[in-house]
Amino acid sequence: MRAFDYHQVADSEQAIEQAVRSRQAKYLGGGTNLVDLMRETVERPQTLIDVTRLSRDIDETAEDGLIIGAAATNAALAGDARIRSRYPLLSRAILSGASAQIRNMATVGGNLLQRTRCAYFYDVATRCNKREPGAGCDALEGFHRYHAILGTSSSCIATHPSDMAVALAALDARIHLRGPEGERQLAITEFHREPGERPDLETELQPEELIVAVELPPLPMAVRSEYRKVRDRASYAFALVSVASMVELDGETIQNVRLSLGGVGTKPWRAWRAEAALRGQPATEATLAAAVDAELAAARPLPGNAFKLELVRRLMIAELSQRLSDARNGGDA
Amino acid sequence: MSALDKGRSGDRQPSGVALAGDYWRPEGRLDPLSEKGRIGIGAPLSRVDGAEKVTGGARFAGEFTFDGMVYAALVYSAIANGRILAIDQREAEAMDGVVLVMTHENAPRLNTPPVFLRSPNGAAGDDHPIMQTDRVHWNGQPVALVLAETQEQADAAAESIRVDYAAEPAMTDFELARTHARQPDNVLGGPAEITVGNADEAFASAPHRIDAIYTTPRHNHNAIEPHALTLAWVKAGENDGEDETLRIHDASQCVDLAVASLAEVFGIDAAQIHVTSPFVGGGFGGKALWQHQILAAAAAKLADRPVRLALSRKGVYRVVGGRACTEQRVALGADENGRLQALIHSGVAAMTRHNNLPEPFFQATKCLYAADHIRLSIDVADMHMLANTFMRAPGESVGTFALESALDELADRLGMDPLELRARNEPERDPTSGLAFSSRHLLEAARSGAERFGWSERSATPGRRREGEWQIGMGCATATYPYMRMPGAAARITLTPDGATVGIAAHEMGMGTATVQTQVAAARLGLPVEKIAFHYGDSHLAGSVLAGGSQQTAAIGGAVIAAQRALVAELLALVGQGSPLSGLSPDEIECRNEGLGVLGDDSRFETYAQILARAQRSELSVEADAAGSEELANWSMHSFGTIFCEAGVNSVTGEIRLRRLLGSFDCGRILNPKTATSQFRGGMIMGLGLALMEETLFDPRSGRVMNPSLADYHVPVQMDVPEVEVMWTDIPDPHTPMGAHGIGEIGITGVGAAVANAVYNACGKRVRDLPITLDKLL
Repeated sequence: MRAFDYHQVADSEQAIEQAVRSRQAKYLGGGTNLVDLMRETVERPQTLIDVTRLSRDIDETAEDGLIIGAAATNAALAGDARIRSRYPLLSRAILSGASAQIRNMATVGGNLLQRTRCAYFYDVATRCNKREPGAGCDALEGFHRYHAILGTSSSCIATHPSDMAVALAALDARIHLRGPEGERQLAITEFHREPGERPDLETELQPEELIVAVELPPLPMAVRSEYRKVRDRASYAFALVSVASMVELDGETIQNVRLSLGGVGTKPWRAWRAEAALRGQPATEATLAAAVDAELAAARPLPGNAFKLELVRRLMIAELSQRLSDARNGGDA
Repeated sequence: MSALDKGRSGDRQPSGVALAGDYWRPEGRLDPLSEKGRIGIGAPLSRVDGAEKVTGGARFAGEFTFDGMVYAALVYSAIANGRILAIDQREAEAMDGVVLVMTHENAPRLNTPPVFLRSPNGAAGDDHPIMQTDRVHWNGQPVALVLAETQEQADAAAESIRVDYAAEPAMTDFELARTHARQPDNVLGGPAEITVGNADEAFASAPHRIDAIYTTPRHNHNAIEPHALTLAWVKAGENDGEDETLRIHDASQCVDLAVASLAEVFGIDAAQIHVTSPFVGGGFGGKALWQHQILAAAAAKLADRPVRLALSRKGVYRVVGGRACTEQRVALGADENGRLQALIHSGVAAMTRHNNLPEPFFQATKCLYAADHIRLSIDVADMHMLANTFMRAPGESVGTFALESALDELADRLGMDPLELRARNEPERDPTSGLAFSSRHLLEAARSGAERFGWSERSATPGRRREGEWQIGMGCATATYPYMRMPGAAARITLTPDGATVGIAAHEMGMGTATVQTQVAAARLGLPVEKIAFHYGDSHLAGSVLAGGSQQTAAIGGAVIAAQRALVAELLALVGQGSPLSGLSPDEIECRNEGLGVLGDDSRFETYAQILARAQRSELSVEADAAGSEELANWSMHSFGTIFCEAGVNSVTGEIRLRRLLGSFDCGRILNPKTATSQFRGGMIMGLGLALMEETLFDPRSGRVMNPSLADYHVPVQMDVPEVEVMWTDIPDPHTPMGAHGIGEIGITGVGAAVANAVYNACGKRVRDLPITLDKLL
């Protein structure tokens, strides 16, 4: 790791001022990913601006949603009683990731900005278009068991590793940003980019722009939401496939549904096509199968990750079936 | 009635211990400590160093300091074969705190290290010259070393060094390399091919046949303590003529062998090198001599500064070898009753031309089953890779996966209980050597284990038991590991009026050696454990004992037996005319109640303190070499066990979660049930990792390890580990010290197959390719 300047700031205004003044600055949250990447010399910032003193409050919004300060830790968010009762999938998603120690350090803002764990991205002795656009991709014909099958391009197949972001995608969370030009908001599904020809550009963040909060809109159906993660060991492993899901039934008609996927996409993957194929349709096996087919039609599996196509299909159907069953048993709760 | 039987049936608590006899001979006397009821032996003594370890008081190799010490960082090659064209170190040399950049251009001249198993002094993993030329032999080879005033400065400087290479074609694809496989000149000093009868013919005509290929991946060492050392070249004293000495605090499982190898490398006398290793955070075969120790010593010499070198986790993957990948064929031919007519176990393992360890996967097959015709062979595929090395039960761990999976497949084919099939093939004598077994109670272990585990609940048909999404199955497999007692062990006993110190150049790497050997020495000398100090982990101590091959317990035992005899002889020589022990020979004596007594005569006794006082001695110190391990030529000597596993397979996702593991072992006398339980359990959990997740991702295009971290190289986490139960026969082997066998490695053996067999029983899918990941079950 190279020597760097370190600044602690009290609020987002100071953070942005410092970033504008500094060369090659990075905002530092819990450091659980950025510091690793600095150790590997994948990231070589000259300046770190510590933003962990920004708001970590979790507050009610006027619309009965919640707004979460970007510096809230993953552990605090997962343990919040309102999150656990109103958005249980978010709590479960966070708790299924990393380890207790890491969750105690990692911030909500940092979690959204964590970078892929692709082994070739991490190893500067190999080729990676994300590290160095145009260099080539050693994962395409190398180890890509953990890699994406949705949203990939010929230049990058790296998976977005976050569990939390998959749950946030299902909840239509809004990302509050602040930069030198002022504040703005983005839907989480608009926040991350697909790699295309520029896998180094992972989000819509502008230079010096900072995540200041994450807003959860009210969503009564989320009370019966789930996050299920499949991985290679029982804990402390990234998802091979994960599914965040919730369903609302009107009789035997699917009135509303939210579905997002982890471990298979180059970004936290909202299953828009599947949702569209489910909404307003009868709650039958055929509907589920058709919806899954619709979502996966664009999948581009490779030899090392082709199993994910079958795995995600099975997991989506199992989870949707279970949500339907929960909805039938739970009535209108 | 033999002495052994007397010991087992006797009501009397023996108070004294006679001198051990020639347990290694067919008609020899057994070690009296083999008998049950010996005070202290078999007691669950807590670790003597436990408090020191959990309170941070125990100092490990990377925690020692020397005045003026600097820190080292390594630069690793990015190609697998070729030459270094240029190294740009200008930026590094200009950085704050940098003391030295060492490359092949300025490294001191070093001799090539002697290789383990190829040279009597060999502790090194391979025989490549170390930073002496521009050649690169594997992806990850150290090509430069930086010394700086802080670790951070050293790391940053190492990262700034730019190396240009001229890469040459490299054999880094096992699929390709195996097509050029060759027969090695030896496997662990024995032949690479073993035949009994004509197995291929017998197999062709057998009525029931299983013929399958099993593959196992590379594994890397991941001891909790990454390799580290702190060293200094200590200048000669005031007196002229004294030589400089190399003082090393290392994490080592072979301090003495390391000294011998380092002496060759630096061209100095072994007496000029002193290696200590009081605590080691896990060895497993990985903590012998690799390039980092030699480079640290060379750099310290060049910079004239003491050096600490602590490998990062990634560094361990780059410079410390691991388990080689294998492709094994097991072919079993059986008659209608399940009796094996033919047993073929052959295949290929990756190796290099610069080491001497063909992954010995046929070891277990040599002794396990009676078959009329046997053919075992190992070929090696030469690759450009870091030399492979020993890793907990090399050979047996992956070999039993293949063999014991095939047995399960045969049992399934025959519609026979897998335990019954094994029982029907229980040999009377070693099937390949023809020797009698010194102690084999495998069927007893299997029976008691099966009863405890509830094996009778297993459905013979796969896929019958279900709980929600989970399909549940049971599997079993035989575990085995050889008994060994290597030459070179010696012990020094120093007796004072306050107790005894036992010193031996052996090792404590977490197994419990210090604790158990304190117990053994106390029992043998008739002293309470509080009056025994067991010293180890220091090359200045007596003998040379390798903590490997599960042989330390026996090796130390043999040395202490010899030293006890020498001590008693010396004491008898000291006693004067007035002593009740006057004129007796050692074989008429026993050690009891902190002194010597006459066998069978409670009235004739003197304490050690009395003897020393009368002779006006403050202490008596003796050293003796262990007797040669003749027992290994007289018997086939192995530990055995049966592993039982209950596994759940998720029918939606293919996830595998173990629900129960049980190991029932036959490993001679268990000396300390507490530390033994930890050894067995730890081995079984490592076996769980081997079965379900451990796999080095070795990129066949580049020869580079792509998962050099504990985040990406999976070992079991707490939640993966189910209830793990262990039990043992506790039947002493009459031909070993204490009747004991080493137990460090057997726990991992058989587990891979027990899990695979349980998975098959759960869901009907046979996975022959480790690790058993969920994608293989979809």
